[in-house]
Amino acid sequence: MEMIKLNVDIKEEQRKAQEKIKQQGRRILVCASTGCIANGALEIIEKFKKLGADVSVLNNAEKMSVIPTGCIGFCEQGVLVVIPDRKLTYVHVTEADVEEIYNSLKTDTIIERLLYVDPALNKRIVNNEEMNFYAKQTRTALKNCGHINPESIDEAIAAGAYSALSKVLQENNPEGVIKEIEDSGLRGRGGGGFATGKKWRSVYQHRGGKSYVICNGDEGDPGAFMDRSVMEDDPNKLLEGMAIAAFAVGADEGYIYVRAEYPLAIKRLKMAIKAAEERNLLGKNIMGSEFSFTIHIKEGAGAFVCGESSALIASIEGERGMPRPKNIHMAEKGLFKRPTLLNNVETFANVPLIILNGSQWFNKMGTETSKGTKTFALTGEVNNTGLIEVPMNTTLREIVYDLGGGIRNGKKFKAVQIGGPSGGCLTEEHLDMPMDYDQLTKVGAMVGSGGLVVMNEDTCIVEVARFFMNFTQHESCGKCTPCREGTKQMLAILERIVKGQGKMEDLDMLEELGRVIKEGSLCGLGKSAPNPVLSTLRYFRDEYIAHIRDKKCPAGVCSALKRYEIQEDKCKGCTKCARNCPAGAIEGTIKEPHKINQEKCIKCGACMENCPFNAIVTK
Amino acid sequence: MTLVSSRIDTAKLDKIMQDYDYNKSNLIAMLQGVQQIYKYLPEEAITYIGTKVEGLSPATVFGVATFYAQFSLEPKGKYEIKVCDGTACHVRGSMPVLNAVKKKIQLKDGKMTTDNGLFSLETVSCLGACSLAPAMVINGKIYPKMTEEAVSMIIDVLLKENE
Repeated sequence: MEMIKLNVDIKEEQRKAQEKIKQQGRRILVCASTGCIANGALEIIEKFKKLGADVSVLNNAEKMSVIPTGCIGFCEQGVLVVIPDRKLTYVHVTEADVEEIYNSLKTDTIIERLLYVDPALNKRIVNNEEMNFYAKQTRTALKNCGHINPESIDEAIAAGAYSALSKVLQENNPEGVIKEIEDSGLRGRGGGGFATGKKWRSVYQHRGGKSYVICNGDEGDPGAFMDRSVMEDDPNKLLEGMAIAAFAVGADEGYIYVRAEYPLAIKRLKMAIKAAEERNLLGKNIMGSEFSFTIHIKEGAGAFVCGESSALIASIEGERGMPRPKNIHMAEKGLFKRPTLLNNVETFANVPLIILNGSQWFNKMGTETSKGTKTFALTGEVNNTGLIEVPMNTTLREIVYDLGGGIRNGKKFKAVQIGGPSGGCLTEEHLDMPMDYDQLTKVGAMVGSGGLVVMNEDTCIVEVARFFMNFTQHESCGKCTPCREGTKQMLAILERIVKGQGKMEDLDMLEELGRVIKEGSLCGLGKSAPNPVLSTLRYFRDEYIAHIRDKKCPAGVCSALKRYEIQEDKCKGCTKCARNCPAGAIEGTIKEPHKINQEKCIKCGACMENCPFNAIVTK
Repeated sequence: MTLVSSRIDTAKLDKIMQDYDYNKSNLIAMLQGVQQIYKYLPEEAITYIGTKVEGLSPATVFGVATFYAQFSLEPKGKYEIKVCDGTACHVRGSMPVLNAVKKKIQLKDGKMTTDNGLFSLETVSCLGACSLAPAMVINGKIYPKMTEEAVSMIIDVLLKENE
């Protein structure tokens, strides 16, 4: 095979970039992602700078540099400060701690009180490799997240960015690239799990004219932020993955569709594109080869349905984001009626490492049908919320208890909602199941984009189902009648049930409506909208029945089913509750215990809020 | 039909359309530009763009403007409050936070903006800041781990700024 000679030597670029980083001296990494910024990361960075740690390149190795990084992952413990050469992580850092950290680094001492405490062992952890949260992860797509400054292309190049692109350009064999991706067994990380290599090949077959590569960064599932992290924290990895894909399928123009709720991701992607173009790593005749590829950013405008491929294309074309029938495949006629390859952020982020390390390396991880690793946003009622990446054979138990550190406040595990409003719930019986595409589908859930929301005994499952139905109902674009009208009816029934006005036959109606919506909708939104209801009906039917028949919410969440009562022994008869009750439902004489007239009570909770003796309880 | 109204500055709109090459596939970006200036989409601006860009009509522009949640056809308040009601925020109690904001800014039912034009309130489906749940955003700044008390304190500060 003849190798193409490039005029950019990426190895030399990498060496130069690494040299620059060496000159920074000791690196102090401060997490500057959305979460930590909200907790004051920028003030911390400023304080470090004021004390003498520089952000610019230094020649004095005695000195320290403070590096704003992308998400380090352990969001619950933010703001995180990591000193990599000492394998030290400080958690919950505030501006007031900065001076002490700065001085301790000069004397090489450790500040005990800022170390992470393992909740299971109740022990402070010095070496961050010993933290369960990190030790159980395998980071590939997120490899650089939290280790590099995402706004500096030098840092990305030093960590190996664009080496894979350089490799494929030198080898100049698009089919070989597609073969490698096929062999790796990589499947789409956006939800459906379609074989990535197969998708690439079908676009490749229509090459010749103008083709497009689109990255779906419209991460709309509430409770998911993996793609945001890749875009914000290692934008160059995404750009490189897209460029490799474009080279393989024969495209010269690309779009990244990012939701408008992610302003930081948009800013950093734009910076990365500009810097990469200046270095000839993107744009015209990349690295001196024949291959040209330009990437544009398209901002979404707040429509969940635009995460659906054909709706996303409509939106890029400037129209209402409504799905289109798929009788003509996108590989043939997609964006502007040209052959189009569309993949999710995480899918592209996996590409450079597969090219560099080979498909064998990748398909050794995971299960028989689901290879590699998957990122999950672990949120809800677990101790350690944050961003994780694990091999696809990891079980739910390992995620919730080892990485997640168990349920908060010692409560009991109830369920995990996986895949957001399109997914389903997993219960205790699924704890030992691996998180692979096919296993999850079998039990009525799906990987989806990878949001994992952990729920404890205090979460009302019917209310959660109502919440998701409310979401999909709002986001239904209205094109298909079963989705537009059916979700409305399902929501109305669920609202009745949480108000204690449900009927037993409602449950059958919910199942029937669910089936019709799934079958009668064009796109993934409608096809999956009933999933949360159907899966909770399957695993928590008794809870629905409790709401309908017994008029009780077992978790004590649904306010209409709450019963407020005054405990006689605690009531001093101060009359404050009676004065605050907007419905005049509280009766009694001064200095005597009061009583709530349940028929008049509107369950607003004003009495409980105002009782100075905590005498009012809900039952 | 008169297009020029005291509410819009056509020179600014022309500039936006020019920046996007009068290309109809950039309509969403144009509308985002308009909203950045006015904080909402004045009806006159919708009509203006709909007549100036080839291949569009005011009806099409109106259709796009009403489809996407980001666009508002009503003026927003000086402080745009967004309470995140994503799944993680919801299970950690975003609804009590939303009600606390409503009560504090004295927002009437069914309204988005307070009568004095100071605050507007909406929920968003997910900010991606799930580890900070429940989260709230005011004019782009994220406030983590909200409670009813915290809401009251934050809004008091804003009210004081406007005294």
